[in-house]
Amino acid sequence: MSEQDVRLGFDGKFEARKLDIAPGDPPPFDPSRKFRILGTRVPRLDGRAKTTGEARYSIDVRLPGMLYGRILRSPYPAARIAEVDLTAAEKMPGVRAALILREPGSVVRFAGQEIAAIAADSPERADDAVQAIRVRYEPRPFVVDPHAAREESAPLVFEGDTKTKTSAGDMPAAKKPLPRKGNVQGPRASDKGNIEEGFRKADVVVEGTYSTRVQTHSALETHGLVAEWEGDELTVWASTQGITGVRDELAQELSIPASKVRVHCQYMGGGFGAKFGARTEGVAAAKLARKARAPVKLFLDRKEEQLATGNRPSAVQWIKAGATKDGKLTALHLIVHGNGGTNGNTGSSAPLKNIYACDNVKTEEYDVFTNAGPSTAFRAPGHPQGAFALEATMDELAAKLHMDPVEFRRLNDPSEVRRKEFEIGAERIGWKNRDARRATNDPAIRRGVGVGAAVWYNTGGPGYKAAVTVHRDGSAELEHGVQDLGTGSRTMVAIVAAEELGLPLDRVSVRIGDTALPVGPESGGSTTTPSSAPTVRAAAYQAHRKVAEHVARGWKVDASDVSYAEAAFTSRADAARRISWDEACKLLPEEGISATAERAANHDDAWKRFTAGAQFAEVEVDTETGQVRVTRVVAVHDCGLVVNALTTESQIQGGVLQGISFALYEDRVLDRPTGRMVNPNLEQYKILGAKDTPEIEAILVPVYDGINNTHSVGIGEPSTVPTAAAVANAVSHAVGARITKLPITPEVVLEAVDRARGGRS
Amino acid sequence: MSEEPKPGFTRRDLVRGALVGAVTAGAAPALASKGAAPIGPGPAPLTLEVNGETVALSVEPRVVLVEALRERLGFTGTKVVCGRGACGACTVLVDGEAMCSCLMLAHEAAGRKITTIEGLARDGKLSPLQEAFVAADALQCGFCTSGMVMSCHSLLARQAKPSREEIREAVAGNLCRCGTYPHVFEAVERAAGIRTAERETRSLEIASAAPGGPSRLLSDDRVDEALALLPQSEEGLA
Repeated sequence: MSEQDVRLGFDGKFEARKLDIAPGDPPPFDPSRKFRILGTRVPRLDGRAKTTGEARYSIDVRLPGMLYGRILRSPYPAARIAEVDLTAAEKMPGVRAALILREPGSVVRFAGQEIAAIAADSPERADDAVQAIRVRYEPRPFVVDPHAAREESAPLVFEGDTKTKTSAGDMPAAKKPLPRKGNVQGPRASDKGNIEEGFRKADVVVEGTYSTRVQTHSALETHGLVAEWEGDELTVWASTQGITGVRDELAQELSIPASKVRVHCQYMGGGFGAKFGARTEGVAAAKLARKARAPVKLFLDRKEEQLATGNRPSAVQWIKAGATKDGKLTALHLIVHGNGGTNGNTGSSAPLKNIYACDNVKTEEYDVFTNAGPSTAFRAPGHPQGAFALEATMDELAAKLHMDPVEFRRLNDPSEVRRKEFEIGAERIGWKNRDARRATNDPAIRRGVGVGAAVWYNTGGPGYKAAVTVHRDGSAELEHGVQDLGTGSRTMVAIVAAEELGLPLDRVSVRIGDTALPVGPESGGSTTTPSSAPTVRAAAYQAHRKVAEHVARGWKVDASDVSYAEAAFTSRADAARRISWDEACKLLPEEGISATAERAANHDDAWKRFTAGAQFAEVEVDTETGQVRVTRVVAVHDCGLVVNALTTESQIQGGVLQGISFALYEDRVLDRPTGRMVNPNLEQYKILGAKDTPEIEAILVPVYDGINNTHSVGIGEPSTVPTAAAVANAVSHAVGARITKLPITPEVVLEAVDRARGGRS
Repeated sequence: MSEEPKPGFTRRDLVRGALVGAVTAGAAPALASKGAAPIGPGPAPLTLEVNGETVALSVEPRVVLVEALRERLGFTGTKVVCGRGACGACTVLVDGEAMCSCLMLAHEAAGRKITTIEGLARDGKLSPLQEAFVAADALQCGFCTSGMVMSCHSLLARQAKPSREEIREAVAGNLCRCGTYPHVFEAVERAAGIRTAERETRSLEIASAAPGGPSRLLSDDRVDEALALLPQSEEGLA
């Protein structure tokens, strides 16, 4: 370790700090540093492959003799399996293997749970064979409605113990087992200060109940993998956010060493939190392949994807909040009942605990179990729904205080970055004259503007590796086992390496998406860039230094005497000594030089803060039809020191659009009498499309936080945290009554319009 | 109580049902128009013209075009997402018209000119539309991209200078979960020459009275406006 001075901060205000720099790790970039590539708009390296159809996604893999796997799923939301008979199915044409996934005597808890799997020589024959599997079910009483599930007389989803499944993308779950009564588990509780005292100090108090519905990830590539055995070694091509997690789960489930499993993922059709681990279908594919002695491709269809691959839990949030008459928050109390089907960890308290400053905060999170597909991590778990309730509450308080909602927020915001972001965003959206813009030329159409805040956390961490090899022709090769979900991580690591090596981007080759490479992070929690970028920079830094050392040896000088600028090494002692990068590389050993670096630990003593964002939305609401159209969004985000401004902008647009989709359209509907999903598709499960897309202005505020050597933070999740909140507040502003439910369907709007007119409510 | 499970009604069921009905009645329009004898249920020979090349294969009548393209012929650039015509990921050109290849039987496509995403680049050179998609970053995960490009290609073939509304309309049937739409609009406008200026990397220095040097604000195409607002914001700095 060596102590070094670094400057950290943002917006031209930088403080000097001393940081312990790990051996081999470069110190964080100084704010004055000018970059050649880093931070510019770089078209992604795989753009060509993706626009020509050459990109081979895992679902595109075709192997000689490959079979097609299909899964049989329970049509019942609750049943005991009495018998599973594969005999007839095994005799169907083309069938090569069959497998029971849920043994007789076991119980199914949602419609769509896996029962058995088949591998056949064509997709159609696999379909036929699956229908020939005979299963005897003993149906049981069930409950799919979360309100009904909370009643004492409700059928129990779990008779015995429950186990909450979490993945790399989740928020941390409760460490201790939680109490459970009927179908309600919890609370996971937090209590800061004294909530009663907080309400006593308050001059104004507001209270409200806010509800949101279940949202499915609906990534376009479905879950699945292609499995191929060679002797006792397994190779898979998976659609995954974490190749290492797939490897480890397969090794564990198949009782083979992790060293015998290799996982590839070169291109990946979206995950949004739902694609971690091998999962049931992945393990089934590997087992079918072993049984059939042939490669098996098993990818789910859209219906299966909707039923069984995870979702964002619904939430019913009761909030009570208090503030003094000069606009300081004194108390925040949240009780949330989240419904994640058969899974727990459904809370939404994080925004309330982590955005605004308040001395007295109490949160109680309950999980309500129902006979529905399990929830899983979904882009900023708990946050869009939590932000919706919190930001509505902030608006209610501001109204009661007769304060401007943005000013009220800034007054209570401990983040100087976000206070600045509120200011930039307010200016861009035209916040000051928002009231004057409510009326339009059409008396039925009202305009509204709303705001919401984002928070995310300085995640990313040590333990990852990258290798950089410099060849004798001066080109470089980067190996790092990260995967690219579509976020642009392939391009991101190339930029970091090229910048550090002083090479143009096209002289750096990138190898990712393979567990045989030096280990990279799984992509969850917006940790990819903050984990990968510093690792890759360290490897490139060390490789470059090794080339310099080679030059120094040739000159018979100390390595510290060699400096590098403008693609050439020079000697500080002897100005005549100069050698270009290319010439220097020609003198390297035949194999070139390589450096493998490990990511250093985070600098806990850095300029510490959460990642901040602020979004503003403008909407037009038809008060006669209840239709809402989002016309404009301004998204102002802290992205640390951005690596690629172009793909970062893309990702912010994506976060905003998913947020609008959550706010206005998405709703998984379960049929109460049968317990089945009635919209397990993409035409009745409505997601936002081209015609629903507003103008989006993305503004990045660079922050030099020094937590890692590239000041990197992730943007995937923060960019979707506040959108629904801002849209809902904008609709409330337009109609003049509080929106308390998502999605904001015409029915919800018209009910609010009625309330605003003082009619029935 | 016992019951045989019926897995859900899938696209393949739909197609199979339609085909069985059509074949037994001898009334499948595409097949009947050629005067062909009823075929199936086993594999039947078929000739397809894909990207200007003629290929022969043998598939069951129930096999849909996208599956023949992907799993039989290896044109995996075309994607399946919903399998029922709701998302546009499987869009190909059939006789120049953008169509969902998941809703068409492979045998129905016999004798028609099929263009897939693999057929747009010429001699390894991207079409201007493809180039614009890359430059504007009109793709993220890329899984909707093939269909999106095909729909936009079809649009530009019939309307050289489409309006923003026409672009929206053209891709209204192409769902993207990553949210690439704004950049897709931009890409089409670039390819059509409507938006000529390349958006450069914009980085601007914010003058700041605070010691320690400048910081940067990166924005998109409203940098000048953003710049204009910043001095007045200084006073509000905490």
